[in-house]
Amino acid sequence: MTMTETPGRAAAFVDGSHEPSTKAAPARRAQTARKWLEIGVFVAPALLLFIIFVLVPVARAGYYSLYNWNGIEELTKFIGLDNYTRALTDDDFLRALRNNLFFVVGSIAVQLPIALGVALLMNRRMRGRGAFRLLIFVPYVLSEVIAGVMFTLMLQPHGLVDWALSPVYGLLQTLGVDSPRPLWLADTDVVLWTLLLVISWKYIGFAIILFLAGLQGINPELEEAAAIDGASWWQIQRRITIPLLGPTIRIWAFVSVIGSLQLFDMVKVMTNGGPAGSSHTMATYMIQQGFERSQFGYGSAVAVILFAISFVAALVYIRFVLRSDNTSSDDREA
Amino acid sequence: MTALADRPAPATPPTPPAAASSRRAPLRASTILQYVIVLAVIAVTIVPVLYVITSGFRTNGQIASAPTALPDPWVLSNYGRVLSSGDFWQQVLNSTLIAVGTTAGVIITGTMAAYPLARYRFRGREALYLVFVLGLLFPIGVAILPLYLQLRDLHLLGTHWGVIIPQVAFALPITVIILRPFLKAIPRELEEAAFVDGTTRVGFFFRILLPLAVPAMVTVGVLQFVASWNAYLMPLLVLTSPDSYTLPLGVARFSSQYSSDTAAILAFTSVAMLPALAFFTLMEKRIVGGLSGAVKG
Repeated sequence: MTMTETPGRAAAFVDGSHEPSTKAAPARRAQTARKWLEIGVFVAPALLLFIIFVLVPVARAGYYSLYNWNGIEELTKFIGLDNYTRALTDDDFLRALRNNLFFVVGSIAVQLPIALGVALLMNRRMRGRGAFRLLIFVPYVLSEVIAGVMFTLMLQPHGLVDWALSPVYGLLQTLGVDSPRPLWLADTDVVLWTLLLVISWKYIGFAIILFLAGLQGINPELEEAAAIDGASWWQIQRRITIPLLGPTIRIWAFVSVIGSLQLFDMVKVMTNGGPAGSSHTMATYMIQQGFERSQFGYGSAVAVILFAISFVAALVYIRFVLRSDNTSSDDREA
Repeated sequence: MTALADRPAPATPPTPPAAASSRRAPLRASTILQYVIVLAVIAVTIVPVLYVITSGFRTNGQIASAPTALPDPWVLSNYGRVLSSGDFWQQVLNSTLIAVGTTAGVIITGTMAAYPLARYRFRGREALYLVFVLGLLFPIGVAILPLYLQLRDLHLLGTHWGVIIPQVAFALPITVIILRPFLKAIPRELEEAAFVDGTTRVGFFFRILLPLAVPAMVTVGVLQFVASWNAYLMPLLVLTSPDSYTLPLGVARFSSQYSSDTAAILAFTSVAMLPALAFFTLMEKRIVGGLSGAVKG
């Protein structure tokens, strides 16, 4: 904004670089003023929206986090960092944080091997690949709410999932396990695993599609050359294809980590944090504290912590991964 | 390539010719295994969806007595009830209005902002771009509490605009990031030729750049449409009256309101996912291409 407000001063610095010829100064000034006006008009709507509805609320979250505030009264009870110390010593928040980390690690551990394997297989000559790709992507297109409601019904006792697993239950029973049928969403020891599997069901198609797109960008001559040299299919995948797919895998992992940290919809719909608060994520905990208990100050502190963790993940990604993957990209430097 | 050089010599001497020919006629066993694994994964992804759709044709009694059987007889009343309910169509309309509004808003403001960022030279351009890129780090959840208060102060709570405007704002970073390289890649000669013909930069934007940018705009638009269609958190907090509910809110509400009527929930859920599925089938290439482009960009 400041740039567009001071066209005259800024203009003095601008065009010199690529218009060294000395034209008449007033004409040039009019031209640069016009240019700044154009830039301002083009950028203003997006920038205003972005400032008012993204940057200002984020800044306000940071500000509110320093107050004890119910969202209605005047902001007077300044309490410094108390909300933060409260969150970081609160068992419920720490459990939510641990749950998020469980989803971060679990999503990658479950989805990466399966998605990579399927993508490598689908990258081979295969009849019906287009249709398969379409089908495998279907869960990703559904909303988390619909996926959550679907699975809540299927995970009911004696629902589809129990039916599909009944041979396993039978086997466990003959092996002497007392009640092998888990309460998928009502047992505090099971519920996180259930959510992890539903999340993986919903998002694995995204990983597969992404990996397939990455595989298509790999020069087939490399694999052909290796095949001529006598490498087996698996050797080629392990030594050539998977390493070349590295950047795609890493960016998928980053997207997955951020998604796991922000997880809200599915948990809200399937368990609402229960049973007994055991499946809260930072986001569901924040909404509960902020809206249901009217603790806007404390909820904001939780939001800031959530942001800080995502930010660290992004920094780690940029520092250690992007730098090595994108040495040749000129978009970023331009 | 170096990986190849390090590779140990092939264990079995006759491999080279066999491997070469196996590319033409793949080994039966491995091909069968390939299909088995891929089909198994597809079954896991698709069976729940099919189950929900077919079970919507059953009665609660049928579902209770045999949770997984096919409908016998097929009952149309569940679907009939959903499709004849005003609530459902109101929610479809609300979801559509919000998704269209969000998509249009993102495309218009995003393309406008991306143009100078891509094709003007000016001081502070990269800084400005960086501001938008940083926005990627702020998901809507981080700002939701103050955003809620801000919408309250602006009297936007309960209105569709209260969902549309923040969604547009939060979608701008990814939109600018996708569009800028695309607009940058349009050859400079085109621009110079247009200027020689007396076109202004603004004229160039409307007459030449916009038509060329349509594919990228469609990609961005499709992604935002789907995101808006599926959104839950913003509508949940902003839309207070059931008249203004979107489909995800409607599904969640229906499933808690009629929690004992499993068949009805199944039918409602199936019908609610049809628009997204139909849209996806039509736009598959755009969505997939957009996602992989967005992630790579």
